[in-house]
Amino acid sequence: MPEPWTSPLVEALKAKFGDQVVKSYSFIGQNQIEIKKDRVLEIMMFLRDYEPSPFSYLVDETAVHWPKDESFELVYIMYSFAANDRLRVKCRIKEWESIESVVSVWPTANWLEREVYDMFGIRYANHPDLKRILLPEDWQGFPLRKDYNFRLQDVEWVRKHLGIESGQKYYVAEARAEAGDYVTPQD
Amino acid sequence: MSTNETLFDASEITISMGPQHPSTHGVLQVKLKLDGERVDDAECVIGYLHRGVEKLGENQTWGQWVPTLDRMDYIAAVSNCLGYCETVEKLMGVTAPPRAQYIRTIMTELNRISSHLLWLGTHALDIGAMTVFLYAFREREEILKIFENYCGARLTTHMFRIGGTQYELYEGFQDEVKTFIKGFPQKVEEYETLLTENRIWIGRTRGVGVISAKDAIAIGLTGPSLRGSGVAWDLRKAKPYAAYSDFEFDIPVGEHGDTYDRYMVRMEEMRQSCRIVGQAIDKIPDGPLMAKITKIIKPPVGDIYHSIEAPKGELGYYLVSDGATQAYRARVRPPSFVNLQALRQMVIGSMVADVVAVIGTLDIVLGEIDR
Repeated sequence: MPEPWTSPLVEALKAKFGDQVVKSYSFIGQNQIEIKKDRVLEIMMFLRDYEPSPFSYLVDETAVHWPKDESFELVYIMYSFAANDRLRVKCRIKEWESIESVVSVWPTANWLEREVYDMFGIRYANHPDLKRILLPEDWQGFPLRKDYNFRLQDVEWVRKHLGIESGQKYYVAEARAEAGDYVTPQD
Repeated sequence: MSTNETLFDASEITISMGPQHPSTHGVLQVKLKLDGERVDDAECVIGYLHRGVEKLGENQTWGQWVPTLDRMDYIAAVSNCLGYCETVEKLMGVTAPPRAQYIRTIMTELNRISSHLLWLGTHALDIGAMTVFLYAFREREEILKIFENYCGARLTTHMFRIGGTQYELYEGFQDEVKTFIKGFPQKVEEYETLLTENRIWIGRTRGVGVISAKDAIAIGLTGPSLRGSGVAWDLRKAKPYAAYSDFEFDIPVGEHGDTYDRYMVRMEEMRQSCRIVGQAIDKIPDGPLMAKITKIIKPPVGDIYHSIEAPKGELGYYLVSDGATQAYRARVRPPSFVNLQALRQMVIGSMVADVVAVIGTLDIVLGEIDR
């Protein structure tokens, strides 16, 4: 079970950004902060330059799809060399919303955000080069969304570029219909 | 001579290196913008090996996903397996028994040596030193034989299970490993006589692909590539996992952050791995191999991030569980993917031939980048 957690860092964040900090907690010894999306860039900038333990290294940036409340949870995992500690910052956005890119804070976010865009279709504002990275440019659909069925394939793409029938019976609409009743135990 | 004129007039040309090119270590395409022989800009095109590993993780049970992970970084499959098993164990609140921890540590370190040997051989081959390749593969073979005797596979080993290891050590394992680590440091010396003071090698690697410590951290470099820039950061020391806290070893670092320093770091790392295995091999505790876990694995609701020091850098797993028999979200943080991102800033301004050296020094595996 997540336990409430606080630290000078959380206090400083709350003092500076007020209601932007939703909650902070710890799960299996891993500290997490939930924030709102509006001032994400400023918050990340603050964390990167925070003294005495600046989070100078962005370990990973990824997303989790929660179709039940039509939202994506963006997860930023960062590490501070000074404190030898990681911090996880989470931010929920609605499926149709975009979020500010953090490439200007950590250059490493460039490819990580491109991958999130590629897999989830999340649009980052002010990203220098937001395009697909692992999948072909003209691929339809975002595979890591929960409504993208496991067996789904862009049949049109396969036909056009490989000149074969993909053999997949699944089309987007069918898969959507099937995933419609997806219920997560957490909800 | 109008054709000649056009040739001379064109100040910039764009060429595509790969995806079918031996020195890109797989299917990596690099688009290069060249001014004569100088690189003005570079762009990596990846994804040729994409198999949807993360999607598979969300559609297979927690245990079924492990063999798939071996196929990401296929030359360091043991590390992939260890990282994932530990992550799930942590989420479940289970600890593998000490005997399993020791076996894991020994196998992972042997795997690190074999991965570095493959890097050494191919990197030297790319730059033009043919001989090292043959020597490096000779020793790598010894390690792969040990793996084969232990679990039946050489590359995609699937060595560990969630909760411990499946196989008991075979008879003669300790002797074989001891023979290997006794002879290995001299072998490293042997490779070094071929390269370390070789004028061509120095000429091709000194001052090539330089990256400062600050830039390296900002771009997210980890592993030997980061240590080559002088940052003494190793997850085995910073956040010890498996049985690493029981052993003594040093973290080698470079000074200039160039290809030569990263070469020196990896050479020293092989010796240090040998040292760790030497300390562990005599002290393998007795006891069970598996912790008590249920047949059907259902971790509690929640999320976790855990990472290990793979031969290439920080290999992390971010898992979200909704209490079901499969992961709700299974994310891999592959070291090669993030490291390759640094290629652009490392090659801009250098010669075309240096691109090959920089790709080699980053030690990438495309299976892991594309997943």
